[in-house]
Amino acid sequence: MMNTFMGNLGHFMVILAFVSALVSAVSYYYYTRAGELEKASWRNFSRITFYIHGIASVAIAFSLFEIIYNHRFEYFYAYSHSSMGLPVHYMISSFWEGQEGAFILWIFWNVVLGLVVIHTNKFWEGPVMLVFMLVQAFLVSMILGVVIGDLKIGSSPFMLLRDVSEAPIFQINPEFVPEDGTGLNPLLQNIWMVIHPPTLFLGYASTLIPFAFLMAGLGLKKYAEWIRPALPWAIFSAMILGMGIIMGAYWAYVTLNFGGYWNWDPVENAVYVPWLIMVAAIHTMITFKKSSTALKTSMVLVISSFILVLYATFLVRSGVLGDSSVHSFTDLGLSGQLLIYMLFFLAVAIFLAVREWKHIPTSEKEASVYSREFWIFIGATTLGLMAFQVIVPTSIPVYNALVESFGGLSNLAPPADQIGFYTKFQLWFAVALALLTGIGQFFWWNKMDKQDLKNALVTPYIVSMVLAALIITIGKVYDITYIVIVLAGAFTIVANSTILIKLLKKKTFKLSGGSLAHIGLGMVLIGVMFSSGYSDTISINMSGLTYKKDWEDELNKENVLLWINKPLQMKEYEVIYRGRYKKVVGVPGYVKADALEATGEINQSIAVRDIAVNDQLYHQKGDTVKLVLEENSYFKVEYYQEDDLKFTLFPMSQPNPTMGLISSPDSKRYLTRDLYTHVSAINDYEEPEWKEGDRVNAAPGEQFFINDFVTRFEGAEVVNELDGLPLEEGDVAVKANLTILDYDVEKKLAPIFLIRGNQVGKIPDIDNDLGIRVEVENIVPEENKFVFKVDTYQKDYVVMKAAVKPMINVLWLGTIVMLIGFSVAIFRRFDEFQKMKKKGLE
Amino acid sequence: MKRGHIIGLGIIGLAIIIIITSIGDASTYESFSTAKTMAVNGKTEAIHVVGELKKDRNGEVVGIEVGQDKTSFTFIMVDNDGTEQQVYYNEPVPADFIRSEQVVVIGTYKSEEMFVADKILMKCPSKYQETDVKTASS
Repeated sequence: MMNTFMGNLGHFMVILAFVSALVSAVSYYYYTRAGELEKASWRNFSRITFYIHGIASVAIAFSLFEIIYNHRFEYFYAYSHSSMGLPVHYMISSFWEGQEGAFILWIFWNVVLGLVVIHTNKFWEGPVMLVFMLVQAFLVSMILGVVIGDLKIGSSPFMLLRDVSEAPIFQINPEFVPEDGTGLNPLLQNIWMVIHPPTLFLGYASTLIPFAFLMAGLGLKKYAEWIRPALPWAIFSAMILGMGIIMGAYWAYVTLNFGGYWNWDPVENAVYVPWLIMVAAIHTMITFKKSSTALKTSMVLVISSFILVLYATFLVRSGVLGDSSVHSFTDLGLSGQLLIYMLFFLAVAIFLAVREWKHIPTSEKEASVYSREFWIFIGATTLGLMAFQVIVPTSIPVYNALVESFGGLSNLAPPADQIGFYTKFQLWFAVALALLTGIGQFFWWNKMDKQDLKNALVTPYIVSMVLAALIITIGKVYDITYIVIVLAGAFTIVANSTILIKLLKKKTFKLSGGSLAHIGLGMVLIGVMFSSGYSDTISINMSGLTYKKDWEDELNKENVLLWINKPLQMKEYEVIYRGRYKKVVGVPGYVKADALEATGEINQSIAVRDIAVNDQLYHQKGDTVKLVLEENSYFKVEYYQEDDLKFTLFPMSQPNPTMGLISSPDSKRYLTRDLYTHVSAINDYEEPEWKEGDRVNAAPGEQFFINDFVTRFEGAEVVNELDGLPLEEGDVAVKANLTILDYDVEKKLAPIFLIRGNQVGKIPDIDNDLGIRVEVENIVPEENKFVFKVDTYQKDYVVMKAAVKPMINVLWLGTIVMLIGFSVAIFRRFDEFQKMKKKGLE
Repeated sequence: MKRGHIIGLGIIGLAIIIIITSIGDASTYESFSTAKTMAVNGKTEAIHVVGELKKDRNGEVVGIEVGQDKTSFTFIMVDNDGTEQQVYYNEPVPADFIRSEQVVVIGTYKSEEMFVADKILMKCPSKYQETDVKTASS
């Protein structure tokens, strides 16, 4: 049955949200300009329209989720992003897998933030919400799905499949509803996909608040007052955005097959840049509060961070990146709309800023080298340059598009080695930043002159030298660049810790946000240096099998081929691949794939033998068991050292019908390093093409070879039942017991020969790991010999890559410290703002 | 001259350096024939070539040869000018490689006959152009 109600409801809510956003914007405009008498009624009306908008936005999200949740595959969105087998938490991921869902998420967060703004501000509500509602109108227009002639405004998530697809089935039967969807991208079937996008979009959404306060300030000619309410939000925004970036990096590290956490891909850069600018903005805003300098700089930075978020959205979602990013994004034809969105707010911001520029107070006083303003300004400048250095090359596809739109031809491509290219700059900027934070913090808390500075810095300087020397010796850091990084990182950690300790002694924990965040920065720097700079690929292929081309020797083969059960030496480890496993609901760990037989139902299998873990029986032979995502196979890889099993890893891989091989790594976590292992290629034995092999005559007790495996024919026995069913009368069944040796593994195979009347039944036994199918072809009683027919297939293997990433935990810990620092700072600044508000000042 | 001016000039100087190096380090899109000329002239920096995998009349991809140890492979790519070229990639065949509509190889000629890719980017058919809706559950 086709359901059109939910789609219509959703679409109606989109239109309602759009209209109410516009009405609310207009209303807030009048509220802002209204005289005292009329203000209350304008405010009420504005709020009511805002609430209508909010309810409509939530209803949009509800409708879309209802469609996904109830598997309404007549809708394109559910069909292309979800499937029957998907658990509920991944349905949430399906929700924002598509771009429309992502926009809905963004809209939703803006509504939430809007609510908070309304209820925490008195004076600023009108103008700030005016900006908010304009942004909302633009965002909702992205999912409007209205077509006027050739003009398409927005892409609706509530489209029916039959309106989108050109499949011929819809001409025959317009009421056709597919039984299953095409599913969620397996790479996104991950807990991080559930929490990363909401965080990132909250970050995106929150950049609007400082911007809206600034616009309000400029519009009302309150050039300085906007800073206080905006500051906690700017810190909040930087924190959430930073958290989103880190989650993305962590996600890439633990589940994607990129081999690392950061690749300087355009999509990553697009978020990194606004974050840098927002951090710079926080610093100049704080400076302004202390000393009335850097107001104009703050304004430029706040505007830039907001516009850069829109630019990032444009880059990522317009399709302009095309073939320069490994992330694939479908072009929904929204590029024009996204461009207008960005240019509109850029124009408004520039217009207001230029109009008011002359009136914005500036401090004519030249900042002394011994003033904190000077150092913070240098720090902010460094952040700005970092952002600039990333955005310039990331925008290369945009320049090409621009040149081409004017009829020119540009063949400029992004740097071939992105990681090397960006690192070469960002590294030195980061070193400069680390040093600046160390020095800057001292200026921040004390009035300094030359002599004081020397005195204050001498202890941290010595301590950090000692610390760095320790790290360098223990970590064997002999590269000069890396030594500099360690020095800078150690200095910022020590210097900021000194400040932190002083603050804690005075019991002013509230003020410690800055020093905490900076300690985090130092740790991140050292963690990145070790985990990336000293990342050691241990899976170097030494097999010597090459194409015999001379240049090939220069290339390191970073993958190794592991045959099942065959040990391979990888640096200090001996590694053995042990076959494929599955995850079964209710059973701890993994279950060998050949213990399970698919039933044809989604995520359902029958146990072909007892499933026991640690002597505890979980399922008996013949039980129906539920699998956790049946497509996922886990490849058991054992790591030995001196014949001791050290640990076992289960990297995941999924041969996906539409996307090829999808893999996810597994890592052994130590405190000081990770051993990261991922699958690059697998043997596809779903439907093996058996190669017909030889016939072998063997008597019980004899040995022979199957595909190079030593095979022993242990003997034969007469059996009385088959698969638990008793035989019919007159049947004779003989089971031949074979033992196949493969390195340290003994495999038992037992093909059965059945005689029923004049008929002969041959029940082969198959071992998928070794790629062997054995059948008893005949029994020759006179000679006491069995004739075996042996078919063979490629024995199982896995191609994998493994790398040691030292000190990666320092990186993760550093990010956590940094986030705590941000949180402390938010608390302090919000508290400040609340106190001022209570005094009736704002 | 005030210190502010010096800093300003310093920033502008750095910005210019950044732009120049960005352009200097930027790669270019080439065809196989121009890439070969570059390699012959001793320019070894990696360039981008856009093209498609070679297909036979039935639309099947041809010319993929996986190395014996399965850790590398070669394939035949046709660039936008129609030039065919064998390309070597020092990694296993990437997911979805055969289905890709367009491939971008980043690399350089290592010998007269062989282009060696350091990195391959693929553009896969988007779901939005999907015309075959599964009519039965599988």
